[in-house]
Amino acid sequence: MSIGDYLQFSFVQHALIAGALVAVICGLIGPFVITRRAAFAVHGTAELSFTGAAAGLVVADDAVAGALIGSIVVAAAIGLLAVRERERDSAIGVILAFGLGAGVWLLGKYHGFSNAATNILFGYIFGVSDDQIWLLLAVAEGVLIAMTLLYRPLLFASVDPDVAEARGVAVGWLAIAFLVILALAVAVTVQIVGTLLIFALLVTPGAAALQLTARPARSLALSIIFSLVFTWLGLALAYFTDRPAGFFITTLAFGAYLLIRGARILAR
Amino acid sequence: MIQALQGMLALDFMRNAFVAGSFIALSAGLVGYFVVLRNQVFTADALGHTAFTGGMGGLIAGLDLLVGVFASCIAVALAIGTLGGRGRGRDVAVGTVFAWVLGLGVLFLSIYTTSFSTANGFAGVNVLFGSILSLHPVQVLVASLAAAFTLLATVAVARPLLFMSLDPDVARARGVPTAMLGAAFMVLVAVTVAEAVQAVGALLIFALLVTPAATAQSMSSRPWLGMVLSAFIALAIVWAGLVLAYFIAYPASFFITTLAFALYLGSQFVLRLRSRT
Repeated sequence: MSIGDYLQFSFVQHALIAGALVAVICGLIGPFVITRRAAFAVHGTAELSFTGAAAGLVVADDAVAGALIGSIVVAAAIGLLAVRERERDSAIGVILAFGLGAGVWLLGKYHGFSNAATNILFGYIFGVSDDQIWLLLAVAEGVLIAMTLLYRPLLFASVDPDVAEARGVAVGWLAIAFLVILALAVAVTVQIVGTLLIFALLVTPGAAALQLTARPARSLALSIIFSLVFTWLGLALAYFTDRPAGFFITTLAFGAYLLIRGARILAR
Repeated sequence: MIQALQGMLALDFMRNAFVAGSFIALSAGLVGYFVVLRNQVFTADALGHTAFTGGMGGLIAGLDLLVGVFASCIAVALAIGTLGGRGRGRDVAVGTVFAWVLGLGVLFLSIYTTSFSTANGFAGVNVLFGSILSLHPVQVLVASLAAAFTLLATVAVARPLLFMSLDPDVARARGVPTAMLGAAFMVLVAVTVAEAVQAVGALLIFALLVTPAATAQSMSSRPWLGMVLSAFIALAIVWAGLVLAYFIAYPASFFITTLAFALYLGSQFVLRLRSRT
């Protein structure tokens, strides 16, 4: 089958559009996740969107809305409990354990489609519906606008929080705003690659980009391009080989990261 | 009440759960104390997820799930221990490796469910969420032995480990082999994770590894007392969770994680009240 035939299917088109939206959001946020050391917070939010999704399934048979609400609640909880830097990781860990336990319980109460659990955990990009695309589009726009507005102060606060605070930047509020943006991005990304594979789009492209350039604007652009390429290639490979897209996306991302790191070590 | 408890303990699967659960809880509580102290929560989490991939890989290779879980956890722990720097570099390295390992896990799950006619569709879910009430005698034995080993090993290295966790530079100057000890500790964490995964699952491991330790650290700043507290909090949570799961038909892991979280919140609340006065 040729690429042309592949692009004819509406579910493939849906997957590619949804994948592109998610990739752009993730690529945009990724470098900030790394400079702010929020990788673990991403992970916590992602796994807890699982709990949200399970709750959504039980209450209204709607995993997407549940995941959205769940990740925002979690971002707020992380912001509240993890005030001091040193305690942040253990606070996230504690919330994580509880939330997942609650998710298991909720999933036990759900008697619908039995693949629901693995779909939330590992994503099911070919199952994206028209409604979900609209929701994704709305969230993506919100994230884009918020990031454009906050870009400069957020960059300042991420790179040097102390100086930023001294210059009158509201560092604390920015941190919470960033967590909320992150929660939105995570909730939509989870739909595509699943809660467990989110790092491949939210952390690895940013890490690879920061290996190549230290200039903020350029690293953002690179990171967006990386995540877009990984997503589309991964989707195509998944379609032609009939294996999960998540595997290909994570492998491409990891391979690219290793290559770039290896090339940098050689160049030195 | 006493009769009901006797009835519970007369059941084989409940006894198995109590034996394995107790060993796992004590060792996870103790090892977890150092995990939190050394700020390696994220690494421990990555190990938990590795267990999933390892378990699935073991099943595909025709080995036992347990073999895969233990082998993969120890291998990844060694990789992180040798590659791992500190701070931001470590976060990124762990996150990146971790995403790929999980991606592999998804591939294994898909191979396993499509190409093995005898495949148990719940194997994946069991690794992720644990099944303490359906442990086999062999699993009980392996988990208990592994837990006893990690417990003893951690006690044996507790003094230098504590020293180097609190002040790595001074410890190195005083002749503590910090790099080797750090790697050895990662292996201990890996074994703890691998054994605990069977009971509480790859995703819920934190309830035993991190929550009791975080609670203990907010209750007491004295390290030795904290370690003992952490181990016994974990034990109490597991026992209470099992009893509750016996009487109320919800998953034991739900009760365990919820009790752990409630205790943590309580200790944080008390801590904040105290620091205000």
